[in-house]
Amino acid sequence: MLKMFTKTIAIASVVMFSLFISAGLASAAAAGAKPDKQKWGFKGPFGTYDRPAMQRGYQVYREVCSSCHMLEQLSFHHLADKGAPFYDADFPNPNDNPVVKAFAKDWEIEDVDQDSGDPITRPGVPADGFPHIYPNAIAAAAVNGGAIPRDLSLIIPARGGGADYLYALLAKGYVDAPDGFVVGDGTNYNTYFPGNQIAMAQPMFEGGVEYSDGTKASVEQMSKDLVEFLAWAGDPKMEVRKKTGFGAFLFLFIFVLLLFMTYKEVWRNVKH
Amino acid sequence: MSETDQLDAHLDENGEPTRRDFIYIATATVAAVGAASVAWPLVAQMGAANDTLAAGSIEIDLSKVEEGQQLKVLYRGKPVFVRYRTAKEIMEADTVEMNDLPDPETDDARLVANPQGALNTQYLVMIGVCTHFGCIPVGEAGDFDGWYCPCHGSHYDTSGRIRKGPAPLNMVIPEYKYLSDTIIKVG
Amino acid sequence: MSGPSTYEPKYAAERWLDKRLPIVRFGVDFMAFPSPRNLNYWYAFGGILTLCLMSQIITGIILAMHYTPDVNLAFDSVQRIRRDVQFGWLIQPMHAVGASMFFLAVYVHMFRGMYYGSYKNPRELLWIIGCLIYLVMMATGFLGYTLPWGQMSFWGATVITGFFGAIPVVGESLQQWLLGGYSVGNPTLQRFFSLHYLLPFVIVALVALHVWAVHHVGQNNPIGIDPKTKEDTLPFHPFYTMKDAFAIGVFMMIFALFVFYLPDALGHADNYQKADPLKTPPEIVPEWYFLPFYAILRAVPDKLLGVILMFAAIAILFILPWLDTAKVRSMRFRPVTRWFFIIFILAGFILGWCGARAPDDVAIPIGEGGLTFKWLSRIATFYYFAYFIPILPIMGWIEKTKPVPDSITKAVLSGDA
Repeated sequence: MLKMFTKTIAIASVVMFSLFISAGLASAAAAGAKPDKQKWGFKGPFGTYDRPAMQRGYQVYREVCSSCHMLEQLSFHHLADKGAPFYDADFPNPNDNPVVKAFAKDWEIEDVDQDSGDPITRPGVPADGFPHIYPNAIAAAAVNGGAIPRDLSLIIPARGGGADYLYALLAKGYVDAPDGFVVGDGTNYNTYFPGNQIAMAQPMFEGGVEYSDGTKASVEQMSKDLVEFLAWAGDPKMEVRKKTGFGAFLFLFIFVLLLFMTYKEVWRNVKH
Repeated sequence: MSETDQLDAHLDENGEPTRRDFIYIATATVAAVGAASVAWPLVAQMGAANDTLAAGSIEIDLSKVEEGQQLKVLYRGKPVFVRYRTAKEIMEADTVEMNDLPDPETDDARLVANPQGALNTQYLVMIGVCTHFGCIPVGEAGDFDGWYCPCHGSHYDTSGRIRKGPAPLNMVIPEYKYLSDTIIKVG
Repeated sequence: MSGPSTYEPKYAAERWLDKRLPIVRFGVDFMAFPSPRNLNYWYAFGGILTLCLMSQIITGIILAMHYTPDVNLAFDSVQRIRRDVQFGWLIQPMHAVGASMFFLAVYVHMFRGMYYGSYKNPRELLWIIGCLIYLVMMATGFLGYTLPWGQMSFWGATVITGFFGAIPVVGESLQQWLLGGYSVGNPTLQRFFSLHYLLPFVIVALVALHVWAVHHVGQNNPIGIDPKTKEDTLPFHPFYTMKDAFAIGVFMMIFALFVFYLPDALGHADNYQKADPLKTPPEIVPEWYFLPFYAILRAVPDKLLGVILMFAAIAILFILPWLDTAKVRSMRFRPVTRWFFIIFILAGFILGWCGARAPDDVAIPIGEGGLTFKWLSRIATFYYFAYFIPILPIMGWIEKTKPVPDSITKAVLSGDA
């Protein structure tokens, strides 16, 4: 009976292995240097996001990126959800979180006047989404030399290389072009960008932001913090998903063991 | 050999429940726990989503309403009326005999204290939905200078209380509180 | 369905019901279905597939409560499900990963049927209904992949609907009719959503026929001989319900591993970008379960011929019962064909590998310049079809099979089953 059990496990692992292979092959990335693997606290089966880093990352986003890049899938209240960078246990309703209320106020939201119907702008509230920066994609391309600044809320899952790629691109990628490489007009050389010519100029510079917690704002530090924040923005439910997954596996191990024992009991007197 | 006989053997020679029983009951119990914990998310998903909940409370700046004016704000899919009542309207609301009211309630009971603990009698905040069949009443109309519902002719006074017509109850006061002298949070 | 009913109502209420609607009798007889006693774990995939279908329908109905089939809103509504809807972060990956699990299980189920000769007389119709289910599953999977309206959704739909444009004369108007416009757009998305909601219920109906058919002809088994005595069979419940339950439990662990820890492993990063009709992704790759067919399509330089060959690869499954001329069902007793079958599975994997890679990249560095994926996929495609014609019919005539046991019970007792 144990032989059968191990056989099943063996078969299952073979099947899974082949699945992984095909999945891995499918996502084989195109041109651009292969980014180095970084240590991220959110990787692995028990990974969690680093809250202070995410908070610094939001500051980097606000002060460095937000003039061109939006967070299309995020609303301000998301920042104060459980597991989010600015979650505060004193305010279980993210709508009441004072930090996030202050952030939201900082942005101009387009609205309609309730009496006249005229378009107006008003300060944001937590229920608002992060505002669009450009009226449409054509306008975005027009003011950025033809390249549309990407939405950052899904940038990590939308790039095959994920967090490592974005970190490498921001922190290590902007170097002088090698001899003989002609960098096109309005583009910049970047080692990790597919094709090596990126429209975005180097965004991070030493001391580009001033962290309130005293962390030194090096290019690496800012990039790392931003990536941590954007990793959360791309997959905000990762922590609860992994935690639930652990419980699910604990349950399944017990359940499968019991099912196996039941099965063996039922078949005890039957040779097969 | 007969399998069914074996399966029906619930007791061993000493009349004790068998190991087999224990395994069956344990498995069935764990299966039931599993089924329930899978069923819960499938049912709970129909509840209000986070973004809906986040839009479930609003802050209103009272300083934007001028005397004799009404602000209409959408809250949880329904209009909230914020009226800056004139002295005459407040007086009218205060001097009604309780016996004249189908749904007796003093005007003060329909207001919420400000941070100083006093009532800002000029500001009436209520959900602008007729308690008859849910139409939205018109302001500064009707026989009592308050609101008038055009659907079935209910008359409300300057405190939003039903005075005449088919509606059974006063217009509802939402849950709200003063965050500062001029800002209230509804919900 | 086979054999006399064994149900005896105990209580008055049961008798009352049994006289008017013998639904309990039906259920009891259904579960008492005599099954060969030597079924192995490969036979658990029927039960696993039932679980997959139920899970997909339940999670799908739930997702439809929150999803919006509109080109401007679809992508954001899926993100809203993952971020804001209660437990949406669990239910959405369950559906997306569930599709992969469904195909994984169906492929194992089909290969099992092919290995043990479960398509042979009298199970031809059972096999054909199964092929139909697979066909409708593929349509459903394709339609569903369009709905999140990411880059791969959009461009995948563009490429696949382009197949119909390859048909001579009527192609263009047929394609326009399918899309409801000149290109994949809002009318396409709305009809895809409608059909994606409908087809699973077609699958349910076909599954009912499939199960009816298997209950009528009885299950095949690893040694491929019919049960002769009562000793050869066991009632389905509790023997196979419990064996299947255990297998389903193990399968759920694989399922859970992907849902909780690798929800994106089987998808494509580009689908996290909103569909953009003005920007094609560098590589358009279908979901993994379509990769072998995609490789067959690309193996042929001619567009129409490629499409024909791809559909032929599925169509040929339908006539498999008449291509295999062997008298013996199970490959266990076919020492040579068995190896052809193993190579056939290998060819399937190779085709999947080719489908995931650029055709002109080098797959195996042999000879001058190496073997490109294009040529590798041509070799594998050739073998794929060669397995059905002529290998199977010829082997059926010439192969000397090993002796088949007299009965299932004898095989079981001697340890051969």
